[in-house]
Amino acid sequence: MTDPIVVLDEVSYVYQGADEAAIENISLRVMPGEYVAILGLNGAGKTTLGLTLNGVVPTMLGGELQGSVHVAGLNVADYAVREMAKVVGIVFDNPEFQMSQQTVAEEVALGLENAGVPFEDMKVAIDRALGMVGLSGFEDRSPLRLSGGQQQRLAIASVLAMRPQVLIMDEPTSNLDPIGKSEVFAMAGHLNRDEGMTIIVMEHEVEVMAEFADRIIVMDHGRIVMNGSPREVLTRVDELEALGLRAPASAELASLLEKDHGAWTGPLPITTEEAVESVNRALGVTT
Amino acid sequence: MSDSSGPLISVRDARYVYATGNVIALDSVNLTVHEGEIVGIIGQNGSGKTTLTKLLNGLLKPTSGHVVVNGADTAKHTVQQMASHIGYVFQNPNHQLFARTVTAELEFGPRNIGVPADEIAERVAKARDFFGLADYMDEHPYRVSFPIRKLVGIASIVTMAPRIIVLDEPSTGQDHRTTQVINDLIRRLRSEGTTVICVSHDMPLLADVVERVVVMKSATVIADASPREVFADAELMARTNLRAPQITQISLRTVVPQGGDVALGVPELADQISSWRSRQSDRREVRP
Repeated sequence: MTDPIVVLDEVSYVYQGADEAAIENISLRVMPGEYVAILGLNGAGKTTLGLTLNGVVPTMLGGELQGSVHVAGLNVADYAVREMAKVVGIVFDNPEFQMSQQTVAEEVALGLENAGVPFEDMKVAIDRALGMVGLSGFEDRSPLRLSGGQQQRLAIASVLAMRPQVLIMDEPTSNLDPIGKSEVFAMAGHLNRDEGMTIIVMEHEVEVMAEFADRIIVMDHGRIVMNGSPREVLTRVDELEALGLRAPASAELASLLEKDHGAWTGPLPITTEEAVESVNRALGVTT
Repeated sequence: MSDSSGPLISVRDARYVYATGNVIALDSVNLTVHEGEIVGIIGQNGSGKTTLTKLLNGLLKPTSGHVVVNGADTAKHTVQQMASHIGYVFQNPNHQLFARTVTAELEFGPRNIGVPADEIAERVAKARDFFGLADYMDEHPYRVSFPIRKLVGIASIVTMAPRIIVLDEPSTGQDHRTTQVINDLIRRLRSEGTTVICVSHDMPLLADVVERVVVMKSATVIADASPREVFADAELMARTNLRAPQITQISLRTVVPQGGDVALGVPELADQISSWRSRQSDRREVRP
């Protein structure tokens, strides 16, 4: 049997100077090649959880971590953050803040230089990473002249160049326009399906996650409160609402029909396609 | 002052060309907004949305054409003078906030326009409660999280009680709970008669709160209609690479082909499906 690639055992963490734990008693396993979405209100602990995987928490931010975190068999506590960057890549919501170089190729090279990759190996690594995010041919462009979606894909290429086994995307599209959002999620879907990349994404847009994720984790006040397939989690309409979150509109629709109108039987749809099919069936329309 | 029967905002043949690189950011844009209207502006980044809103508060002056807001021609007024007519909430609160505490930030605007002290205190307390900022009032605005800082940016304009408020992407980075606060805010502003211009990629938010949607593409306005008409126009959505809210998409492929109406929200579509089903079963019962 395959070993999980991410293993957290009873992990709790208190930021330096904070009174309360940012994450509390988190135990979690992620299998290689899984696409996991983490939902939760701002402040629920999603970002902190991500930062425990590359060691920024607690190595760079101090504070107190309890429990153990293993990624790809490595005990994160034993490695420097720059070593962990070869195993776990993280991108955030503000790609333009991550851009500092004159050209796209130099931007990707920067991380490789920091990781001590020999110069002669760099071109291959850069070509490969830009190819993975669909930016081949953009090598000599200025990062600042890229669209928002292209900038975020470049930020992702910069971490992919280190050949990580896990890619964490923390609200990767919240500053992007609709085209940029689709670009990034389509690219992440391709990395996951075709390259077997393990993906962990923190995201507010449930409709998008219902389409892409294999598993949904819901966090609340630093704890994991739901953990299951998109169907198991995203159909718990009332519980999500009680947490200040929401289910996909398709599930909310079916749930309302079930409760107020007695006009729904069967499972709640979590995607547009499922909803169209089951609503048309309920209407007695054959399509 | 403005003519009470005329439009509150009037943009006539506005063109804006950025000095660097001859980029035409706006071309022949016409837009009329009446007092109390709640208008959404949608389009991809680079389509001209933010340039248009910056013309409204005078931050940018049209290269040609006219922009008149609340009777004031923006070409003849400074941004400071325009600020008494129109409040502008930036997408990035870091471009807007500068005070030492959240309280001071919320007090600054109304004090600057001469609101009496007791009235300021009242407005700040109201904004604190409305935006859920009680825990942060003594904090430095840069010490609070980005989503909270965004709410502070919105609240600091709301306390000025301007006649027109421009919100640029108010819900980015917000979770469902704080997006709901923004939704409630726009409803409150509407009930108070404030005119709201909301630039957003958040289609469900717009479907919920605006009465009119202006669609921009390649520096021009290509549609200006109710959200129902805009989101039902599949060709328009495809041409602008925008996606209607999920509920609208479902309604277009279920009840609409059966003669039902385009739905914008969950309760509305549930009602339609439910009544369609009962009509169906009635029909079945009368059949011999």
